[in-house]
Amino acid sequence: MGEFDFGVIERSLGYLFREGMTFTLTLTAMAALGGVFFGTLLAMMRLSSHKWLSLPATGYVNLMRSIPLLLVIFWFYFLVPFIGAWIVGSPRPIQVGAFASSVITFMMFEAAYYSEIMRAGIQSIPRGQVWAGYALGLNYWQSMKEIILPQAFRNMLPILLTQTIILFQDTSLVYVLSITDFLGAASKIAQRDGRLVEMYLFAALVYFVCSFGLSYLVKLLQQRIAIIR
Amino acid sequence: MNYHWNWGIFWEMSADGRHTWAMTLVMGLGWTLVTALCAGIIALVLGTGLGVIRTTHSKWAVRLGNGYVEIFRNIPLLVQLFLWFFVFPELLPKSIGGAIKSMNPPWASFVPAVIGLGLFTAARVSEQVRAGIQALSRGQGMAGTAMGLTSAQTYRYVLLPMAFRIILPPLTSETMNLIKNTSVALTIGLIELTAAARSMQEFTFQVFEAFTAATVIYIIVNLIVVNLMRWLEKSVAIPGFVGPQVAEGAH
Repeated sequence: MGEFDFGVIERSLGYLFREGMTFTLTLTAMAALGGVFFGTLLAMMRLSSHKWLSLPATGYVNLMRSIPLLLVIFWFYFLVPFIGAWIVGSPRPIQVGAFASSVITFMMFEAAYYSEIMRAGIQSIPRGQVWAGYALGLNYWQSMKEIILPQAFRNMLPILLTQTIILFQDTSLVYVLSITDFLGAASKIAQRDGRLVEMYLFAALVYFVCSFGLSYLVKLLQQRIAIIR
Repeated sequence: MNYHWNWGIFWEMSADGRHTWAMTLVMGLGWTLVTALCAGIIALVLGTGLGVIRTTHSKWAVRLGNGYVEIFRNIPLLVQLFLWFFVFPELLPKSIGGAIKSMNPPWASFVPAVIGLGLFTAARVSEQVRAGIQALSRGQGMAGTAMGLTSAQTYRYVLLPMAFRIILPPLTSETMNLIKNTSVALTIGLIELTAAARSMQEFTFQVFEAFTAATVIYIIVNLIVVNLMRWLEKSVAIPGFVGPQVAEGAH
């Protein structure tokens, strides 16, 4: 091991975490919040009795779930400028930064996966509770907001968090857009200094510690929720 | 919007000057399927072994299996492929490491991709196998022992045949995940389907045609896999036995 120089890690810690990890965590948080929001809407659409609501939602979820995330990243990277141009009425594709593009990509992609979780969560609440809500004079949105969704979120919280840990790992794929996320930062240093072994081992270790720690916390949470139920 | 659609692009000569773009995508699909098949065999064999030892009474075997799963599940697949591609050859003795690095083009990325995807997927398969075995009633294992079977025989003839029937549905989605995950190997230079579509987009600027074609191919592969597995489920089903469902994993 004499030829390896692990000092390169120490020298680049600031760059790795201030630039790289900050990007990774911001992207994870925004994609998770947006993904859960749109995922919940998609789940409500899928469970709707109106065909014109449930069919597009089902199609969207199945489409997202049958193609690789990398292909989705490429799709959105080129599609978002055109959609943006269409929204603002510009004749040519607008400039969208790498960050905005990756947030939109992960939000829309993860929404499909979160929607499956939320659908199971909503379906786990007995139908009678919806009827009870209607009997009390609540409308659809009120009974969803006050009765169904709080319970659905609570029941599905461990699974939603587990999916978020997967999302945290998946954000490393923005590497293909040459974005400086944590892995991107590690990879830049690795190539600049010719220290691939040290940097990639360190990156693996950091991802492992974060994911393992978080999934341990989720396990604890799961036990607490299980006792209350 | 001024995007120039040109669906005829698929029949034009590709950058390598020998195949059409359509053929480039088909060859990409070929690499996707071959990689997934080879990695799938590793994942099934190793995953079954790990799943089995995690249901034994040996504390160390269970710990070993759990440790494997935690390591391979908590490191992003992309990082794992980098470790196999960049790091692993460096940690071997110089002569072996050098031989690995100087393999001819498709193999230098294909071999690390298969190893990486295989070991990554094995962790997930072992979760399914373990859940499948634990879903069986404890009496089945005891009945095997009572009949005089060794524990290896109990697993081989009693537990695993039932466990595999139970976990076929989650294994179906795992198969699809594996096929989708092969796209990550493009980062270490494997020209599979997504990479083929990407190179078509880079050379022709026909972004949306290239990605639409790749998307349609993935959907078709998806449908074929789902139907094959459904057929397999039906043909191995034991009449009168409805296995309990095991929760599905995420992507």
